[in-house]
Amino acid sequence: MNFIQQYGWEIGHLTFEHLWLTVSAMLFAVLIGLPLGILLTRKHRWARPILGVANIIQTVPSLALFGLLLPVPLLGDNAARLAIVALTGYALLPILRNTYVGINSVDPELESVADAMGMTSWQRLRKVELPLAASVILAGIRTATVICVGVATIAAAIGAGGLGELIFRGVASVDNGLVLAGAIPAALLALIADSALGWVEKRLAVRRA
Amino acid sequence: MPTAGVEFAKVSYTPAGGPSILREISLSLAAGTTTALLGRSGSGKTTLLRTVNGLVRPTSGEVTVNGQSVTSLSSSEELVVLRRGIGYVIQETGLFPHMTIERNAGFGLELADRPKAEIAARAREVLQQSGLDYDALRERFPWQLSGGQRQRVGLARALALAPPVLLMDEPFGALDPLTRSEMQAMFKSMQQQLHKTVLLVTHDLGEALFLADRVVIIDSGEVVADLHSAEVFESENLHVKDYVSAVRHLFAK
Repeated sequence: MNFIQQYGWEIGHLTFEHLWLTVSAMLFAVLIGLPLGILLTRKHRWARPILGVANIIQTVPSLALFGLLLPVPLLGDNAARLAIVALTGYALLPILRNTYVGINSVDPELESVADAMGMTSWQRLRKVELPLAASVILAGIRTATVICVGVATIAAAIGAGGLGELIFRGVASVDNGLVLAGAIPAALLALIADSALGWVEKRLAVRRA
Repeated sequence: MPTAGVEFAKVSYTPAGGPSILREISLSLAAGTTTALLGRSGSGKTTLLRTVNGLVRPTSGEVTVNGQSVTSLSSSEELVVLRRGIGYVIQETGLFPHMTIERNAGFGLELADRPKAEIAARAREVLQQSGLDYDALRERFPWQLSGGQRQRVGLARALALAPPVLLMDEPFGALDPLTRSEMQAMFKSMQQQLHKTVLLVTHDLGEALFLADRVVIIDSGEVVADLHSAEVFESENLHVKDYVSAVRHLFAK
């Protein structure tokens, strides 16, 4: 009880910071990943190199990525900005890949019916491809969100705030209570995001048989 | 000489790096008539049908629909306009699984930005014309319908924009025999009123004779027989005789 009195306000504040980092990064990742993924379905030749780059970003250890971005001008002087850029990079691959795969796996028979009915390519995208790929795309957004919530805890290492701050402080002072005060809300955030987006994903799924 | 609904002039198609699929096919389909395109799987009949609505672009030759050249259309807008005048029905119906039956049926009008009331009225009309209970089915989705019902919706959708030309690619091929014969009878009486220019791909001689005025047989991308339905049983053409004997041997004791 004492613990909550002492840290309650800070936990709330850091949770809010954590959410802010995650939500902004996800916003950018969707704004970049969705149109880029759609573009790749029109220009298949670009798919391999671009998905490859996104893949490489994903494999860089998060602590290293934060460190590597520190000397970059405009990023280095604002830790939160830097963290959002790095998190966007991590979230990009699942969104990009699922958009590309989701649209590509629309039944080619339906694509040709869409053409035969005289759809413009914009109509085909909006009325056929996106609705049919929606649940796959959302599954990518869901994966990306969970990754983001997790990686955002590392952002505290460069002073970007978030729940990682409690964890790092707890580790440094060998205070397990403090570690849990950061870890439990972070885990809860991930679980809530996962099940909420999972619910939306189910709603968007199209029944075929 | 009746006006040509669809005309093929020396149409050839060879995909990049592949064997040629269509070889100099020339055919003229009179407006308002039904032509059956018969042939084995892989003979090129579906490819020929798809040159009419521009899903396949011939390597050489010209296809015209009601006097307008399909093959020389340069912009995609022109192709869109042309395609809205051509109904397209396929075996697996190609209904959009995320749309209700009503929306599927009226979708061509939705694409053409027609007013909502007109779309709804037309969807009702074509669904009823295709023998479906509009009020019971309009809110359902394709997976909730039987194969025969789905095929009726596919036909209704193709008719919605009142296209003068109808392309049908084995439309009744996936149905059980009883449903198939119901659909064939319905389509025949419908065609007697609507007089579309119909190109029907099938591998069933019985269906071809029942529905079509004229039968064209394609083999390895070439027209090997072209005759009136009434002449089929008397024909000396070897390809025609093959089909006839394939049907007759079923009934031989």
